[in-house]
Amino acid sequence: MLELRDITAGYARNAPVVRNASLTVAPGEAVGLLGPSGCGKSTLARVAALLHRPDSGTLLLDGEPVRRWRHRAPRELRTAFGVVFQQPRLSADPRLPLADLIAEPLRATGEGKAAAERLAALTTTVGLTPDLLSRRPHEVSDGQLQRACLARALALRPRWLVCDEMTAMLDASTTAALVAAVEHYRRSTGAGLLAVGHDHVLIHRWCDRTVHWKAPSS
Amino acid sequence: MTEGSVVLSVRGLSVRFLMPGRRTVAAVTDAHFDVAVGECLTLIGESGCGKSVLASALLGLLPGNAQTTGEARLGDLDLLAVDERTLAGTVRGRRIGLIPQSPAAHLTAVRTIRSHLEETVAALTGTRGRAALRSAAEEAAERAAFPGDHLDRYPYELSGGLAQRAATALALIGDAPLLLADEPTTGLDRDLVDHTVDALRHHVDTSGRALLVITHDLSAAARIADRVAVMYAGRIVELAEATAFFGSQGPRHPYSRGLLQALPDRAFIPIPGMPPELGALPEGCAFATRCGRTTDACAALPRMMNAVACHHPYVPEGTRA
Ligand SMILES: Nc1ncnc2c1ncn2[C@@H]1O[C@H](COP(=O)(O)OP(=O)(O)OP(=O)(O)O)[C@@H](O)[C@H]1O
Ligand code: SF4
Ligand SMILES: [Mg+2]
Repeated sequence: MLELRDITAGYARNAPVVRNASLTVAPGEAVGLLGPSGCGKSTLARVAALLHRPDSGTLLLDGEPVRRWRHRAPRELRTAFGVVFQQPRLSADPRLPLADLIAEPLRATGEGKAAAERLAALTTTVGLTPDLLSRRPHEVSDGQLQRACLARALALRPRWLVCDEMTAMLDASTTAALVAAVEHYRRSTGAGLLAVGHDHVLIHRWCDRTVHWKAPSS
Repeated sequence: MTEGSVVLSVRGLSVRFLMPGRRTVAAVTDAHFDVAVGECLTLIGESGCGKSVLASALLGLLPGNAQTTGEARLGDLDLLAVDERTLAGTVRGRRIGLIPQSPAAHLTAVRTIRSHLEETVAALTGTRGRAALRSAAEEAAERAAFPGDHLDRYPYELSGGLAQRAATALALIGDAPLLLADEPTTGLDRDLVDHTVDALRHHVDTSGRALLVITHDLSAAARIADRVAVMYAGRIVELAEATAFFGSQGPRHPYSRGLLQALPDRAFIPIPGMPPELGALPEGCAFATRCGRTTDACAALPRMMNAVACHHPYVPEGTRA
């Protein structure tokens, strides 16, 4: 179980963008988070994925409170999360060919020998063709790069997926393909999902349950 | 100008990028279309299909390794034949108003919205004098529903929706007969998308301009378009009336059908596979490997006939023999 309790978070001490927010995601469950621009959805998603330390409140992972965020978080906690953001160009190292981009998390765990097989499986899951793996980010389209970013997020078989506006830049067909890849992964692993977005139709179609947020009450 | 008279007429527009090792990328091939006064034509298609390159070609903003052929008539000018001086001095801003993809990045960070508007008014309308510039800038803001009490703000102090309105206000200043919007709603939430699209539509309806919108957002396209041009692998493969295309009749090209079926309020099923490389296009139909209607005939390039480029298009209800 992933539980956010009474989270307040932001970027400046006295101006939190998230106030007293609570949210839970059960294993295998897909929860959508909808809200207008600037309401703090992405900040809450980053807290949930251990990427942003909240000012106050508790994050419980299977009943255990999380005490450390970002690089200070224990490795086994960090690798329990796979995260995909809106803008693949901002999250991908422009120097890395797609194969290295996808396999980077595998190398860090010393899974080197199994890595080639895992890379092939991931490539198939997200619908990339092998000829694209030697290209660098500027040599592929946004849709192709986002497929690679999803493959990378799935590389360590996370139990929790956080997709923050994963498809906002993408056309309808690539959107449907990426959502199908996420759902395929979740069916085979039982992973839970937090999908953040502002497209009501998409989030309702995709998720089991949807939480609506209003604009920040300041 | 009167309703229905053609503002932009594109004939046989092609763009090739010359790459190292004598490779060429066929980003746009043989595009034909018109946009008329009071009309919105929306260009849709998958990421990387050549939409933005087509727009850049019209504005003369392609990089040096691009080779352009064909014709794009805007009034008495052929946009593809005129020099950069003409484009910079009399076309961009004056005859084509550009509404950019990310308005915040397009605005200068260190200057207020008022100063952006006043500078553009001075450059495009010949208005002189502080008081006259000030009131012309305020009028420009009002036309795009940009709130007057935000005029002294800097771009980073604006929400995405207000930045979009500021960019629209700037684009409307020169009274350009053609407005070109490249992905005007990317990254905005749904309410803002609807608002932005409705505002653009309103300008077309009330000020007799022609509007060319490039977007991958099909619900935005359905909301704003009179006609739709579908682009696949650098070619326009279908031109259709928006009501028929998005309505019960549906598109006629298998690719267009696939795109609509991928929508989350329809089947939510992706088109299998990915678009082909524009540097290595097949000789025949570029959609053949992804298409459910492929036959041997598809090994030959389908020509545009009755506004669809397909050997086996869907036949609209009611026209079946
Ligand atoms: N300067 C360039 N040199 C070589 N190829 C280029 C250049 N600019 C664009 N391309 C290629 O032209 C094709 C069309 O690109 P374009 O940006 O127009 O696509 P798009 O339809 O606007 O996609 P998106 O929805 O992602 O913006 C792509 O294959 C792209 O890689
Ligand atoms: S020409 Fe053939 S392959 Fe191409 S879209 Fe039509 S039916 Fe499909
Ligand atoms: Mg584009």
